[in-house]
Amino acid sequence: MKDKYVELVEKHTPKEDIVKNATVSFLAGGVLGILSELLLRGYMMWFSLPRKEAGVVVILTLIVIASILTAFGVFDQCVSKLKSALIIPITGFAHSMTSAALEYRKEGMVLGIGANIFKLAGTVILYGIVSVYVFGIIRLIVMGG
Amino acid sequence: METYVYAFLFCGFVCMISQLILDNTKLTPGHVTSLFVVVGAMLDVFGIYDKIVLYCGAGAIIPITSFGHLLIHGAMDVASENGFMGLALGIFDLTSAGISVAVVSAFFLALLFKPRH
Repeated sequence: MKDKYVELVEKHTPKEDIVKNATVSFLAGGVLGILSELLLRGYMMWFSLPRKEAGVVVILTLIVIASILTAFGVFDQCVSKLKSALIIPITGFAHSMTSAALEYRKEGMVLGIGANIFKLAGTVILYGIVSVYVFGIIRLIVMGG
Repeated sequence: METYVYAFLFCGFVCMISQLILDNTKLTPGHVTSLFVVVGAMLDVFGIYDKIVLYCGAGAIIPITSFGHLLIHGAMDVASENGFMGLALGIFDLTSAGISVAVVSAFFLALLFKPRH
């Protein structure tokens, strides 16, 4: 009886965690989306920015907030609670840079910060550029621009 | 008002998918963000991501997929005038602000703070 119970618990525990994690990241990611939409409308209204520029300023705001939270050590605690809702938005990109810079600072300004600041963010930039070249050439050939 | 609903749904959906990938496979956050950048660029090849941005507003701008979308968008804007050279010239037109601000803030914060564990 007890063995069966343990087996059942083991079968169900990770499954519930997956559902819970997915729900938490869905809700938290959605709230972050609403907040940045509010911020976007705010920037368009207060500074009378066009929509495109306001979008860039929203991204910059999130990057600066995420970097500061990382420097204070708060960001990692938030990630363990809110899961990938903070990793997938642009905040995760800023977090990876700031944490790499903080981590490797003790190895020096050039060989530490300089060599390692793109350690994690570099993959995003690398695969972004490579895929844009591939897709861009395809689109230029197929559609002519 | 509808934009808020769509922003909630889209941003939440993207985060949920990535969490499901992280929990069910051995991929790390680095793999997932790289994958999503490629997906964002792929969706914008024929202008699909532009439509998503139109409906979802900032909900589609802040996920990392938008990074790929902005890269290819800048490249194609210049490429429509200059041909193939435009790909190289315009690729960072729209993302340079994000990358440079992230680098500068990371650098100065690393000078000011010590790592915490």
